[in-house]
Amino acid sequence: MKPFTYERADSPAAAAAAVARTPGAKFIAGGTNILDLMKLQIETPTHLVDVNRLALDRIEDIPGGGVRIGALVRNTALAADRRIRKHYGVLSRAIVAGASGQLRNKATTAGNLLQRTRCPYFYDTAQPCNKRAPGSGCAAIGGISRQLAVIGASDHCIATYPGDMAVAMRVLDATVETVSPDGGTRAIPIADFHLLPGDTPQKENALRPGELITAVTLPAPLGGRHFYQKVRDRASYAFALVSVAAVIHPDGSGRVALGGVAPKPWRVDAADAAMKHGSRAVAEPLLAGARPAGDNAFKLPLAERTLALVMSEAKAA
Amino acid sequence: MKFDAPAGANPIDKLRVVGRPTDRIDGPRKTTGTAPYAYERHDVVPNQAYGYVVGAGIAKGRLTRLDVSAAKSAPGVLAVVSTLDMDRLPLSKMNTASLFGGAEIQHYHQAIALVVAETFEQARGAAFLLHPEYQATPGRFDLQAHEDAPLVGGSSGEGSGGPKLDRVGDFDMAFAQASVKLDQRYTTPDESHAMMEPHATIAAWDGDRLTIWTSNQMIAWNKRDLAKTLGMSPDKLRVDSPFIGGGFGGKLFVRADSVLAALGARAAGRPVKVALTRPLIFNNTTHRPATMQRIRLGAGRDGRLVAIAHESLSGDLPDGKPETAVAQTKLLYAGANRLISMRLATLDLPEGNAMRAPGEAPGLMALEMAMDEMAEALDMDPVRFRILNDTQTDPEKPGRPFSQRQLVECLRTGAARFGWDRRKPRPGTVRDGRWLVGMGVSAGFRNNLLQPSGARVRLDKRGTVTVETDMTDIGTGSYTIIAQTAAEMMGVELDQVVVRLGDSDFPASAGSGGQWGANNSTSGVYAACVKLRDAVARAGGLDPDRAEFSGGRVAAGGRSIRLADAALHGDLVGDDRIEYGSLAKQYQQSTFAAHFVEAAVDGFTGEVRLRRMLAVCAAGRILNPKTARSQVIGAMTMGAGGALMEELAVDKRRGFFVNHDLAGYEVPVHADIPHQDVVFLPEADPVSSPMKAKGVGELGLCGVAAAIANAVYNATGVRVRDYPVTLDKHLQRLPELA
Repeated sequence: MKPFTYERADSPAAAAAAVARTPGAKFIAGGTNILDLMKLQIETPTHLVDVNRLALDRIEDIPGGGVRIGALVRNTALAADRRIRKHYGVLSRAIVAGASGQLRNKATTAGNLLQRTRCPYFYDTAQPCNKRAPGSGCAAIGGISRQLAVIGASDHCIATYPGDMAVAMRVLDATVETVSPDGGTRAIPIADFHLLPGDTPQKENALRPGELITAVTLPAPLGGRHFYQKVRDRASYAFALVSVAAVIHPDGSGRVALGGVAPKPWRVDAADAAMKHGSRAVAEPLLAGARPAGDNAFKLPLAERTLALVMSEAKAA
Repeated sequence: MKFDAPAGANPIDKLRVVGRPTDRIDGPRKTTGTAPYAYERHDVVPNQAYGYVVGAGIAKGRLTRLDVSAAKSAPGVLAVVSTLDMDRLPLSKMNTASLFGGAEIQHYHQAIALVVAETFEQARGAAFLLHPEYQATPGRFDLQAHEDAPLVGGSSGEGSGGPKLDRVGDFDMAFAQASVKLDQRYTTPDESHAMMEPHATIAAWDGDRLTIWTSNQMIAWNKRDLAKTLGMSPDKLRVDSPFIGGGFGGKLFVRADSVLAALGARAAGRPVKVALTRPLIFNNTTHRPATMQRIRLGAGRDGRLVAIAHESLSGDLPDGKPETAVAQTKLLYAGANRLISMRLATLDLPEGNAMRAPGEAPGLMALEMAMDEMAEALDMDPVRFRILNDTQTDPEKPGRPFSQRQLVECLRTGAARFGWDRRKPRPGTVRDGRWLVGMGVSAGFRNNLLQPSGARVRLDKRGTVTVETDMTDIGTGSYTIIAQTAAEMMGVELDQVVVRLGDSDFPASAGSGGQWGANNSTSGVYAACVKLRDAVARAGGLDPDRAEFSGGRVAAGGRSIRLADAALHGDLVGDDRIEYGSLAKQYQQSTFAAHFVEAAVDGFTGEVRLRRMLAVCAAGRILNPKTARSQVIGAMTMGAGGALMEELAVDKRRGFFVNHDLAGYEVPVHADIPHQDVVFLPEADPVSSPMKAKGVGELGLCGVAAAIANAVYNATGVRVRDYPVTLDKHLQRLPELA
């Protein structure tokens, strides 16, 4: 890694200001992703602003329904929280389907949202990668793409968003709350938080320079049955080939989002509207326009079959 | 000691210590963190600096520029060793690709520089300042494009051999006339050893003498080959490797870590430690090569094989060698007409070489799936089909018997214990909720290889017996079985035995490879103990031929003395080695197993999850059933990886293994491994050695993947002939869920 300076922030706004002030500065919380990337010089921050001591580690009820999850709530704590387990089961299940116990103990809510792709070409600094080195090209297109995106990708990048937690948040219509270096705050719907690559795959989310995530809020509970079905070769500690986050009501209506298939958690209104009509009816609008890269074409039937599994489990309940 | 006639009764037969499920004597050190691995040997030499290896970013071509100036002036940097600073280093006997020196790039992540600094982070940071420039040339990266590669015979480097072309009888005629036939193609991917401990070395020069503290399976090879690579006399090199965090064949040979630690230490003028980073391990070191195999079987309606053909294609760098995937097919089943051949393509991928059970592991992945398919074609139970085609003699040389062969007993014992009679012959017919459930079987086979092995055993006046040999313990239990052997021979308790391993100053042993370590290294200790027993008896004025050793005493002719007293006036030493005569020519020596697996496949997603695994092994005397069981369950786990997930993904344009970390190259985790059961059949093989033992470390892997794949087929009715059996290969052909 490159030498860097370090400071510990004592308020969210001060943290945001500190990052905005220093070119090349980044936040660090759990460090489960950025430290690995720094060792490989994929990330080369000049300055790290440690946000771990900010008092953003609580899960609070929002008057009128819903919860606010502090940015620093660890994955383990979030998945185990009684309210989350009771009312937002899809989120709890998605979190425990990811990483390992040790990583979940360190990883934070905000950091998890920001984890970067696991595309193997992104990880090899001898290879061209538009996300890592804009304009250098994409070695993954035409290469080994079994893990990579079938929809939402571009001619510049076919990387997937690798996480599980955000897929559940997407199905729950979460909102990302932030503070800016000037102290201003805003609320970004999760649907708008992660960006598609287009011709700027290096830009992965809607955050502005220095903007710090302070919380993620969930709307009032949806009811219904909650599912997170993660499909992978290895039974644990593997990124999803396909994952399905779903909330399904007794009448068969509900909502669904996919992980492992796109550069962001993938959800389509028309697919939600088709929930009562079975997996094929949902898969069609959900994956309309998909452009598989070759050795990941199986993700299309796999997504539909995994949807069918979830719907069958919902019926069996 | 020359072992050239079958062993008679000897002191090991008492089985007072040998053959017992003793805990590892090195266990407390391992579990308390006091067994230091190579990179952690902070106390062996002061002032250690850190080296960081830089790998080439192209697969083939030339390095045209490497700018060392910025790196040399970076904070903490002590030296930068560039491959452009020197000619290509000499190739040692066991290496195919150049390890360092010169501008030519033969494969991706070939070492091109070492940065040495005060800290690891400084070395790694400066490594990014080198900005290598290349002139890339086109390479050959696609095995499938070379099906017409030349016929090449050879050995795996771990003793498993195969011919370029062998014919027995008239295969073509017999196959053409056979009532029931199978002609199928199977592929196995490139695989990585993925051992937990990376390749690591500390090197220190003292004038022209070099010491390396490293992690290596074969000390004598390492000493010979590193000396050759560095152009120095082996007499001036000491290699020390007492603890090894896994090797699986990846540490049989000298690799870039030890070469560059030595070069870096010379350049920096102080000791240097080097560990290969995880990404480098996949492309810089060796791997198990991919194979494309064609198997043809012909049988009569009675199920007896009349024609067997096994042809295998693999690839390697120029002057490399084939993966001997046909090796077991020469010996496993009867059949009068046989054809065996190997082709070797020239590829510019990293060097292929031995990985646990080279040859047999991928060979049985194909052969034992073919046997499953043939049993189905014959409408015959696959256990019964294998039993029917058993042979007790070498099928190519009918006058040459197996020394021991209990394959039939393995299959019968396993079938009974596993509940094989509950298997439904028709595939895709057993459901458990949304899961499709099936059972599979495979034979396991791996040859028993004999290698000379030496040891020195010393008795002191406290009655302590100290064994010294350069044998290694790669996690297998060598320390323990060697202690058991010495305790048995000298009539003492285990706690009176001290075992010191892995130092090239000790007598050269067989080392750890080819599952030959246990039998040969303990036989070397046996030989040394025979010498020591003689010396002890003589020192005590006893008749050596009648001396009995027990309870810490030696007795003969009505007199008895304490061992400690025999050494009262100076240590007594036995120094000898085991060597082998021609028994391996007269008898085919092999180990056998039957693997049984129950697997479940998600009817929706196609995910495969194992439910039960059983291995029944017949492998000579089991020296320690506890460490042997650990070997076998570890091997079964590796087999699960090979069957279901392990594959080095080749980028055929850019010529490298893309998934070069442990997130991309998946090996099984605990959640993948269900109930595992291991049975060792009683056996003692007097033809093998005075220990009457063989090996199990590779046998435990041989056949496992095929048993899993066969179970998956029995569950789904979809035959996947390209390993690993991942869900995408059968997803859309799964039976409809009712």
